[in-house]
Amino acid sequence: MADIKERIARRTAKELRDGELVNLGIGLPTMVGSFVPEDIIITLHSENGFAGLDSVPEPGEEDVDIINSGGQYVTVLPRVNYFDTATSFGIVRGGHVDVTVLGAMQVAENGDLANWIIPGKKVAGMGGAMDLVVGAREVIIAMTHTQKGNHKILKECTLPLTAEKCVDMIITEMAVMKVTDKGIEVIELHPDFTKEEVQEATGCELIWSPDLKPYQED
Amino acid sequence: MINKIMTADEAVAGVQDGMTIMVGGFLATGSPEILMDALVRKGVKHLTVIANDGGLDIGQYGARTARGVGKLLENHMVDHIIASHLGVNPKLNEQFAEGTLKYTLVPQGTLAEKIRAANYGLGGVITPTGVGTPMEFEKDELGRDKITMEIDGVKYLVERPLKADYAFIRASVCDKFGNFMCAKATKNFNYVMAGAADKVIVATEELVEIGSGDPDKFTVAGVLVDGIVEGEKKWQI
Repeated sequence: MADIKERIARRTAKELRDGELVNLGIGLPTMVGSFVPEDIIITLHSENGFAGLDSVPEPGEEDVDIINSGGQYVTVLPRVNYFDTATSFGIVRGGHVDVTVLGAMQVAENGDLANWIIPGKKVAGMGGAMDLVVGAREVIIAMTHTQKGNHKILKECTLPLTAEKCVDMIITEMAVMKVTDKGIEVIELHPDFTKEEVQEATGCELIWSPDLKPYQED
Repeated sequence: MINKIMTADEAVAGVQDGMTIMVGGFLATGSPEILMDALVRKGVKHLTVIANDGGLDIGQYGARTARGVGKLLENHMVDHIIASHLGVNPKLNEQFAEGTLKYTLVPQGTLAEKIRAANYGLGGVITPTGVGTPMEFEKDELGRDKITMEIDGVKYLVERPLKADYAFIRASVCDKFGNFMCAKATKNFNYVMAGAADKVIVATEELVEIGSGDPDKFTVAGVLVDGIVEGEKKWQI
């Protein structure tokens, strides 16, 4: 499982371009930051209040005034800028965040996203997710293809939405997919899987790119 | 000149049962701890709390006591919480299950803008966030239907201002007039809430004389501040 998550994170990192402002969600998306190629310089946005997130401090070196949006102590780059929540989300909604990478519970073939609530379960809340997926220029969902075999990529979401038609790309351990006007188009297929297996693991009809490529791995 | 310097107990003396308060901080980073302690000592009940989250429970992230709004939750002082994230402090879900605490979720960016609208005298804000989600279809924090509107072919939600009786804020440095700044990632809701309540109380780590430093370093205007309390301490890990 760790290998699968790392594969997804490594592949997602290849989507980031030099100079971009990027927001990484909690969990698997956070791992993406570790695999960005050295020649690609991005700036990480932490929605609780800064742009210029770096890494994790050594034990004993924590600055108690600097946490990330998951509540962990973090370090920052020399070019960091700190701001309040209104400015932080102005940057988000204003389209200044180039890419956000998030996980999902469900994605629909039209790009609808559900990733914040399961009715009847523990109440967590959307935090900044609804603003991020509406405001960021590109929304990439990095997730395992199914939830223990249950479909997550569907014709329609059954869970309450985070936003409508917001997802641009889905990266799983099986494939890399783009959300198009016609549906979900597979552009890369991992050599461990056949087209039939990926379709079987998906709750909507997939479109296979005429230019289908092998999944890019290091 | 009016003396705004007071003790934490004096600062919360006017808080009555059933009032609405705002509390700065993000998972208790930048939360006004000495004011939360004073509210606990006063023992006020049935509060509506506007905050990003429910603070921390004892033991979370190394906290030796509950922190931020967590102190109010621990003492069952809150009837309604209006926040963007409620998954961290376990006291929240315990009290939802017991039926003693009600919640209204608001997306983080929208929460900031609703507070800012109250602060800046706006009738509301128009945002694309939440369209097509429960934010559009469920009632707001005061049980009102949401308003939607379409501008140039794009659908938006109209989010009403969010005001409180008291705003409790934490500053890193504050002068004796109330001009203040918050270091690094402690700004979060502290800057946004200053001015969005009838009474704005700042608890500061460092209190300095008026005119003792560069005025440009104070981001928030002291004219928005009603009370200043000294004695915030950096969180010891």
